[in-house]
Formats: sequence, C-alpha cells, structure tokens
Amino acid sequence: MTMRDRLIFALQLLFTILVAAFLIVPAVLSMLAGITVNYFRGIQSGLTLQWVVQVWQLYSDTIFRSFLIALATLGVTLVVGIPAAYALHLRSDRFSRAIEEIITLPLAIPGLALALALLLTYGGFSDFRRSWLFILAGHAIFTLPFMVRSVMAVFGAIDVKTLDEGAASLGATPWRRFRDVIVPNAMPGILAGSLMVVTLSLGEFNLTWMLHTPLTKTLPVGLADSYASMRLEVASAYTLVFFLMIIPLLVAMQMFARQRAGAASL
Amino acid sequence: MSKRTFVGLCFAPLAVLAAAFFLLPMARLVLIGASGEQGFHAYTAILFDPRYRATLFNTVALAAATTIASLVIATISGLFLQRNRFPGHALLVAMLTFPLAFPGVVVGFMIILLAGRQGLLGDLTLHLFGRREVFAYSLQGLFLGYLYFSIPRVILTIMAAVEKLDPSLEEAARALGAGPWRVVRDVILPALAPAFIASGAIAFATAMGAFGTAFTLATDVAVLPMLIYTEFTLSANIALAAALSVGLGLVTWAILALARSYGGTGVAAAG
Amino acid sequence: MTRQFNAGEHGVAVHIEHCAKTFADGTQALGPVTLEVARGETVVLLGPSGCGKTTLLRIIAGLETPDAGGRVLFNKSEVTRVPIERRNVGMVFQSYALFPNMNVADNIAYGLKIRGVNAAERSARIAELVALTGIEGLERRRVDQLSGGQRQRVALARAVAVRPSVLLLDEPLTALDAALRERLRGELNRLLRTLGITTIYVTHDQSEAMALGDRIVVMRKGAIAQSGTPREIYFAPANRFVAEFVGAANILDAAYSNGSLLVPGGKLLAPDAYENPKDRVLVMIRPESIRIVAVDGAGLCGRVESLNFVGDRQRVAIAEVAAKPIMVDAPNSIPLEVGERVGLVIDPSAVRLLPGDPP
Repeated sequence: MTMRDRLIFALQLLFTILVAAFLIVPAVLSMLAGITVNYFRGIQSGLTLQWVVQVWQLYSDTIFRSFLIALATLGVTLVVGIPAAYALHLRSDRFSRAIEEIITLPLAIPGLALALALLLTYGGFSDFRRSWLFILAGHAIFTLPFMVRSVMAVFGAIDVKTLDEGAASLGATPWRRFRDVIVPNAMPGILAGSLMVVTLSLGEFNLTWMLHTPLTKTLPVGLADSYASMRLEVASAYTLVFFLMIIPLLVAMQMFARQRAGAASL
Repeated sequence: MSKRTFVGLCFAPLAVLAAAFFLLPMARLVLIGASGEQGFHAYTAILFDPRYRATLFNTVALAAATTIASLVIATISGLFLQRNRFPGHALLVAMLTFPLAFPGVVVGFMIILLAGRQGLLGDLTLHLFGRREVFAYSLQGLFLGYLYFSIPRVILTIMAAVEKLDPSLEEAARALGAGPWRVVRDVILPALAPAFIASGAIAFATAMGAFGTAFTLATDVAVLPMLIYTEFTLSANIALAAALSVGLGLVTWAILALARSYGGTGVAAAG
Repeated sequence: MTRQFNAGEHGVAVHIEHCAKTFADGTQALGPVTLEVARGETVVLLGPSGCGKTTLLRIIAGLETPDAGGRVLFNKSEVTRVPIERRNVGMVFQSYALFPNMNVADNIAYGLKIRGVNAAERSARIAELVALTGIEGLERRRVDQLSGGQRQRVALARAVAVRPSVLLLDEPLTALDAALRERLRGELNRLLRTLGITTIYVTHDQSEAMALGDRIVVMRKGAIAQSGTPREIYFAPANRFVAEFVGAANILDAAYSNGSLLVPGGKLLAPDAYENPKDRVLVMIRPESIRIVAVDGAGLCGRVESLNFVGDRQRVAIAEVAAKPIMVDAPNSIPLEVGERVGLVIDPSAVRLLPGDPP
C-alpha cells in the first residue's frame, strides 16, 4: 500500500470510529450511570445496585407488562400472519398485492396517527380502552407486516408451491399440508419474524404513549416518565434494564441472519 | 375442504384484525379530521395556514437534513467497512448498528447525556474552552437525535448494497485507467443510487413521523408530531389533530411508496 | 500524468517469469509459470476450470500481484508492481462489465476520457470502433437494451479504444449460447487479425482455442502442460492430459516388440522416429486416423460395439482391440453392423507415443 492509501485508510477509520463513538458512548455512559452512586462525582463515588433495586421497586410492573404484551403480540402475529403470508404467496395476484399494501400501511403512518385513530374509534369502550388489550391491538397492527414479510421471504426462497403439490399428490388435505409441510419449512422466516416482533413490541413508544393509562404502562412509557421526573441515576438504571432486555434479542437476530446468509450461499 | 376454501380461511384472521383495528379507525380519523369548523379544508390548512406552515417547514427541513447527513456518513463508513477487514471490524459494525432497536425516548436520553446540562460534550468544551455548551434542547440537539436513530438504519442498507456491487465493473474502469476517486464517482456511486433512494426515503419518512425523541428533548422547536400531540392532549382540538395526522400519514406513505418502487424493503420502526 | 505504455500498433511483447499465486486462504492457484508472448501474437490459455488460466491473465493485467520472485515484463520493462490503471491494457471480462449508468458511446469512450482526449477526437474514435465491431446505430442505447452479442462487441470496442499494449480476454464467448458463440468466434478471429495487437485469450473451449490462437498454452492445476501451435497440440500432444483435453483421443496400453506395438486386437506398426523404446508404452491415436477395412488379412481386428450417426460421419466404438473400446470416425459410405468383426488400419505417423503421466 502506498502512503496515500494508508492515509486514506486511516482517515476513514478515524471517521468511522468517531461515528461509532457518537452512538455508543452515551449508551455506555448511561449503563455506567445506572450503577454509579453519584453521576456527578463519577466512578470514584463507587458502584452500587441501589438504583437498579429502586427501578425494580418502582417499575417492575411495567417490565412484566411489556413482556406480556410482547409475547401476546407475538402470539397474535403468528396466528394471523403465518396463514396470511401463505395465502398471499399462493395467490400472488393483484388482490394479494393490494392486501400487502394495506398491511404495510401501518408502517407508513406515524404511530401517533394510528394511536389517535384507535382512540377515537374505541375510546368509548371503556373496559377495552383501559386494559392492556388496547395496547396489544396497536402493537399487533404495527408488527404484523414484519412477520408477514419475513415468512413470505422464506416462502419465496424455498419454492413452497412444489412442496405443497408434492404433499397433495400423496393425499394430504390442505390443513395437513399446512401443518406438516408448510409451517415447518417456513421456520427460519417464522423465527426471524418472531425476534423482530418481540424486539419491536418491547421498544414501541409512539403508539403506546398515546394508548396507555396510568395502569397500563409499558417499559418505554415508564422510561419517558423517569427521564422527566427521576434523577439521572434512576433513569439510567432503568435504561440499563431496557438494554439488558434488548441486547440478547439483537444478538440473536444478528447471529440468525448471518447463519441464514451462510446457509444460502451453500 | 377444497384448497380455495382453505386459502380463503387463511385470510380470515387477517381480515378481521385489519378491518377492526386499522381500516375502521383510519376511516374514522379521516372523517373526524374533516369534522372541524373548516371541514375538509382542514387538510389544506397544513399547507396554507402560517401557523402550521412553519411547523411543516421545520419538520421537512429537519427530516431532509437528517437524511442527507445520514446518507453521507453511511456511505463513507459503509464503503470503508465493506471493503476493509481488520481486527475489531465486527465490533465496529456492532457498535454502529446496535442503536437500531432504541425507541425515540431512549435516543432523546442519549442526547441529553451527550449534550444536556450535565452532558459529556459540555464537560469537554468546559475543559477546552472554559465554557459549557448545552445544546441538547435546541434544534442542534434535535438534529443530533434524529441523526442518532437514522445512521444505523441507513448504514445497514448501504452496506448490504455495497456487498452486492459487481467487482468486475470497478476492475473494468481501472483497466481503462481510472484512478480510485474516478472509480468511486463513475462506477460506485451510480451503482449505489437505488440504495440511496430507498434508504433515504425510509430515513426521511421515519424522521417525519418521529415523536419519542422530540418528546423527551422537550424542545421549543415545533415538529409536526409534537404539534399533533399538543393539539390533541392539551388543547383538545381533536379534529385538527386528526387532520394533521392524516396529512402527515399521507406524506409519509407517498415517500415510502417511492422507496418501494426502487426495490427497498427497509425497516421504518420507532423514532 | 500517468505514464502509458505506448507500444505502437502491434502492442508489446509480454514476458512472465516464475509467476506463482497463492491466495490469502492458502490455496495455490498458480505454481511458478514462465511464458513468453511475442509482439502481435495471439496466445490462448486453455484448460479446465481451476487450472489457473484466469489467475495468470489477471496477473498480466495487474489485478493480482504474483508471489515474491515473480516478474511481469512488457517489452523488457518490468511492470510487476505497476497497478492496472497505468498498464494500458485492454481487458474484456467474462460478464463484459459494461457501465449501466452510461450509454454505448460513453462506455466505449470512457478510457479516452480518462486520458484527456478531447471530444472531437473521442467521437472520431468511437465512430471508428463502432464500424470495426459492427454495432452501428447502437451508440445511444443503454446497456440493458443490448443483446448478449451486442454487449460483447461493445466490451471489445471499449477495450480496444485506448490502443492498449496488450489485449486480454477472459472467456468472452462463454456467456453466450452455442449458436451465437460459433458465429461470433469467426468475427472475433477476423477482428483480432485485423488489429494485430498482442492478445492473450482465456477459454476452456478447445475448438475456440484452435480457431483463434497462433499458439495454445494448455494449463492444468496451476502449471503449463504444453505450449505450441494448434497443430502441434493436436497431433503431437506432450502427455495424456493434453491428448484427451484437446479433441477426442484413443489411449492404448501397448507392448513394444521389433518395430510393432502389440495390443489385444493385434499389432500396429510403430512410428519410425522412436528413441529408447521401453517394453510397455502409452499410445494415442485420433479417431479420424483409423481406417476400417475388411477383417481378412488385417493385422488389427475388433468387433463393432456401437454406432453413432453424427451427421457428416459415423462414430464407431470398436471393442476387443484394446482394454477399453476405441473410437473410430468412419465415413457414412461404409456399411457397418453392430457385432460385426472388422479390420483396422492405422498409419504409423498417426500413432503418438505419450510419456507416462504423473498421477
């Protein structure tokens, strides 16, 4: 490599490191702040878990509720999304393309607008409005496109039509084919979609902020609360808990994607 | 049962869910938006009423600036990372894509940690220049926040596109005598154009609809989502809020449709 | 300003000395190879995939550097460390690598633009090349509107526009269908003769090699198996691999005795120029050099095992001559039946002795 090449490499590396630092440093800072006795005095003031404990005491219900909603959202998207993806893939005509557009619309509409629409339509049903099911409805609509797209991608790659025809020629009914052949072969897409749905649901704020009530707060909603009203250490500890929940999911998604890319290139 | 019946049944849960919790509410939203004193003219109010025009302008300008900045940053870093391998490469990529799942509120908090009243950058400037710079709660802070959640998204898309570039095109240009900069200008950037459009549109749409970040930073800068929020919750101007939401939704949808026509399938999640 | 190798009309002589290539993952694509290409000569690198021919081409181009100790020279000047941008080579890639963001004319003129040639001269040169390659009328077309054959011509025009020192072609016809390939092969041949530039052409198709090359270099597993004119390669292959790779070949195990070669089906006369005969030899005979005659009085006999009518001749498999059936190309005028016993006559000059091959 010439001197000039080395210089260009070094400059690009420096630039990229700066950008990465911009993104990571505050995250690391917040994780540290969550376990530091006093943020102003820094690490010297010592490490402690008191803030984390306080977060648990104040907000454990939001953590449980977020998990509950995420898992319930997953359930809904699985039951609704997998058959829909299958049907859409089979039909592949203008009708199904229109349906795909409609399903993807919630992504285009800002969460705020969606929440507003839900409030104006169902705000009157106070039992529904006040329960966590209301939030579930919003999350399900919002995450459904990801599940459907993920499963459809796998269908596209594995020529599911031929598998289906093969099973049919052996005498299997549509339902049995779906259960024994279609779903098992779509597993990679289902898994990827599931990870995506859970991650999105855990982190969803725009919709949830509008839909929540003091009794149905989720973790991101609690975070917003704590940023506004709690001391920095508590807010940081709460953010730390959120990171601990999210990071394993992100790592799983990355590993999964790399594994599938590796298998596809075989 | 026949195949056709089964396929029809597969659509049923989707139809119910989408109709009940999406189509119906959206239709109501559109109607309510037009139920205010201005009727359907409320929809054009966004464009013509000076109060809202400024907000719209701010939002569009911010989204545009974020998009351009993220594209430039992502291209420089994305090209560099895809073309070079060195110890720590995987770590660098992980650091750049990790914030992908952060909701807007967390991004706002990150900016506060960087540039708020006890911010890291403030400490730095205090040391260097004797003055503490606090800009988390201003337009610059908002811009940084938007940049924070745009960069990971755009960089992933750009890196994927760089990976798919045909190396023989660059070799052909080199064989014809083109130096590195000319290869970038004449071969690489044109080849990345579809990726720029697709990811740029998604970044723009996400920035337009971003709420959590602005909410946490609680700036005075008016962006459309915040305006909708305050009109609904504080001023109870339901019709106006509805109209503005529909307008915002239309603009965002149009931009994303543009992205899809160039083959992009990105993630336009939380902001 | 970049230093270009301006070697005039016929290009440069290329000299490759001990060039080997080992890749980062440890695979050795090329063992040390030494090769001379004369000015204006067309050399074809022929071999199966993985033999190192493309690697060698890329080393000559400047896209790869050879392992330590390897040298590449253009007309006695060492260019081993010179990057491709400054070697002034013309390269045609297997996938053509036409720039999709430019039309045909801009593609062709790209190298000229880099060299700072002014617009008027560029247009003149484009017109020249368009006429030469037969693509008149396509100048404004975009790349995705061209057929495979048209793209190949544009790629050629673009490579030649800059008056390169060496023309390098990496399997330029492989991406086309068989019929088109036949037709373009003839055109390519005419073009290369007209241009007269030193040309190095890589292919795995032996009929292409025979048609286009002044000299063929047959490669195998990173080394040169034989280098020679098409006739030399065909009629006097140096070893079994070359014999079987270029054209059909019958390889027989024979015992030598008193000027004759003995095989299960009888005996044939050994060729005259035969030094240091060993007791057992490996013999190659091309199918078209064997004549079928009546079985009575023939020194070599066999039994017809199968007949294959291929249009202009019949390809006959004859058993009981050697350990495996041999292939004979017979004219359609000779009536044959499966199971018939026939005699064979082979001119000694068509018998080629092969050295023992490494395993």
